Amino acid sequence: MENKQTYTVSIYTENNVGLLNRISGIFLRRHINIESMNISKSEIKSVSRFTLLVKVTESQIKKIIGQVEKQVEVIKAYYHTDENTVYQESCLFKLSSNLLTENDEIQTIINSSKSRVININKDFFVLEKSGAKEEIEELYHTLDQHGIMQFVRSGRIAITKDEMKISTLLSINN
Amino acid sequence: MNTKTQTKPEIASKQKIHISGAEAVVRCLLEEGADLIYGYPGGAIMPVYDELYKYQDKINHVLTRHEQGATHAAQGFARATGKVGVAIATSGPGATNLITGIADAQIDSTPMVCITGQVASHLLGSDAFQETDIVGISTPVTKWNYQITKASEIPEIFAKAFYLAKSGRPGPVLIDITKDAQFETFDFEYEKCSSVRSYKAKPEVSLEDVKSAASLINRAKKPMIVFGQGVILGQAEEEFRAFIEKADIPSAWTILGLSALPTDHELNVGMVGMHGNYAPNVLTNECDLLIAVGMRFDDRVTGDLSRYAKQAKIIHFEIDPAEIDKNVKADVAVLGDVKESLAQILPLINENKHDQWLEEFTKLEAIEFEKVKKEDLYPTKDGLTMGEVLKEINIASGGDAIIVSDVGQHQMFACRYAKFNKTKSNITSGGLGTMGFALPAAIGAKMGMPEREVVMIAGDGGYQMTIQELGTILQNKTAVKIVVLNNEFLGMVRQWQQLFFDKRYASTEMTNPDFVAIAKGYSIDAKRVTKREELASTVKEMMESKEAYFLEVCVEKENNVFPMIETGASVSDIRLE
Ligand SMILES: Cc1ncc(C[n+]2csc(CCOP(=O)(O)OP(=O)(O)O)c2C)c(N)n1
Repeated sequence: MENKQTYTVSIYTENNVGLLNRISGIFLRRHINIESMNISKSEIKSVSRFTLLVKVTESQIKKIIGQVEKQVEVIKAYYHTDENTVYQESCLFKLSSNLLTENDEIQTIINSSKSRVININKDFFVLEKSGAKEEIEELYHTLDQHGIMQFVRSGRIAITKDEMKISTLLSINN
Repeated sequence: MNTKTQTKPEIASKQKIHISGAEAVVRCLLEEGADLIYGYPGGAIMPVYDELYKYQDKINHVLTRHEQGATHAAQGFARATGKVGVAIATSGPGATNLITGIADAQIDSTPMVCITGQVASHLLGSDAFQETDIVGISTPVTKWNYQITKASEIPEIFAKAFYLAKSGRPGPVLIDITKDAQFETFDFEYEKCSSVRSYKAKPEVSLEDVKSAASLINRAKKPMIVFGQGVILGQAEEEFRAFIEKADIPSAWTILGLSALPTDHELNVGMVGMHGNYAPNVLTNECDLLIAVGMRFDDRVTGDLSRYAKQAKIIHFEIDPAEIDKNVKADVAVLGDVKESLAQILPLINENKHDQWLEEFTKLEAIEFEKVKKEDLYPTKDGLTMGEVLKEINIASGGDAIIVSDVGQHQMFACRYAKFNKTKSNITSGGLGTMGFALPAAIGAKMGMPEREVVMIAGDGGYQMTIQELGTILQNKTAVKIVVLNNEFLGMVRQWQQLFFDKRYASTEMTNPDFVAIAKGYSIDAKRVTKREELASTVKEMMESKEAYFLEVCVEKENNVFPMIETGASVSDIRLE
């Protein structure tokens, strides 16, 4: 049996409505859970980039990429292992403002975790942290002991180590 | 949208005209040469229908009796002519009734454009009367779809829709148009689409792959071909024939590849798959080279993948990169349109002879004839067989007819026994297996190819799924020949119940109406045959008729289709009885 592993899938698409439905449907049909998803602008004008994280075997991911690329509005799709990407997640913690005044430890945690305070008022403050999933989880556990009022984490975003020649591809296609 | 348009001089010089979105829809259809279309009106598409009334001297709109009928008719038209089929429906239930035909067209790569009306854009998302999210519903079964909310989008979207439906690996496209966009007026101008930025219609053929394929072919001692609809869709029949004849390779077909190579061709060795022929199935596991041409290794073709052609090298000629290594791993994949790749490989392959290898097919064919075909075609028992009906149709048509079959035992008999001299002559629902496909598809095929004889073959079950389309025949005087092989059973399911469920015939027995009376009720000439003596003459009478004709043949109730590969079995375990 082939091993499952985490793949980052990057999909360059036209910036049109309805594509999310088409793309997620491909995973849905095969009963593959998308662990996280991020859709944003890319480096190319009017081209969007989907970044998604799935846990599958290599032969599965190859077939899925084929199906994804087949969609009319998909320009190109890639899959990469963790080693071949530089990736980040981002998260926000809402914590009670009392912690800042009453707990010395908090400042140390903020400094050592390389997180930063991005909003502060008399009731609560918001801490932002970007990093690898493990770092975020570690910070979560540390802060959990002090009481987290709200927590939210983004999907993974990733840049690949190899070049993705989308601009060249677009100029050939045109 | 990033589409590129081809500017034909006569189009470029055209003046802009100020018209409604609805009129623009009709003009777009005319620009694309779609002058025979199928549909059913309703509130949300009425502006378009009003324009169709105005343009009725230029566009023939055929009112089917159900929207599903419109899609199957459009499919039959497309499969017989090679052009894009068009179906129109209103919003809500009209739109959802199209879905079966769209799904069928998607899996069988049939070029089709479906147009649906939609509630006015200010009502979208409000659960308005007859509002349904048809774009969402049809997404998994369309090659592309789009909702138009502004009249000005119409020309570009229609141009793109036709281009996508017919280019590369063809498929169905759906355009949903809100009612306000149909009423809105704008400056209309039309330019055909010739490319879409994010879409590559077909990969370019790589000479290197062609060379590797040629070298495998030249070295093979026991090569075998399985060809599919790709040969027909790519209009590569001539290239294909030249290729197999030069290399002398036995060629078997999938159900959708049928008729791309004449039945009588000496290298035609029959059908592969679940109810295919004995020789090509068994020898799939003996050849040293399996060449797949425009086919996708469907599970009904391969049976158990772990025991499919394991001994053979595999070459896969294919237009769709997603099909490569999907089910069967290819040693050499030749991507591209088979018309181009086969033309390129021809000079690189050696003239060859494989007499001994062909002899193996002949030997197994003889076994199948003894064990199966003889009794199917020349029965010794009293009951009429489906096989002999096909034999009589072959005799009367000379192999020149278009045969449109429904889904079930009769379909397998039709594909196994019908004789074809010409391409694009076998029309059936392959991938989806849609009962009810045949009658409307036959109507579409006959309207698209009026000069050809079109014979529909259905079971008593499937026929009743779209029997209302007899009304379409009545209204349009469509001269289709309708053959119902009545075994008073949902035969194919009954066969499985007999073989795998201890003869527990759960809900497969059918009490049928007087089919002849029904046909006559629609003013269609009709006869019922119950005895062998009447068969040949009645089939002849039907084929000689210049009008629509209904023939019911009461066949044996519990006949089975053999050979058969059981689900999960290997192609070489094919059963003859
Ligand atoms: C729409 C649809 N429903 C159900 C089936 C499942 N099915 C496949 S073959 C078959 C029986 C077909 O019976 P009939 O039309 O009488 O043809 P026969 O097999 O007797 O030739 C059924 C129910 C199907 N293919 N399509």
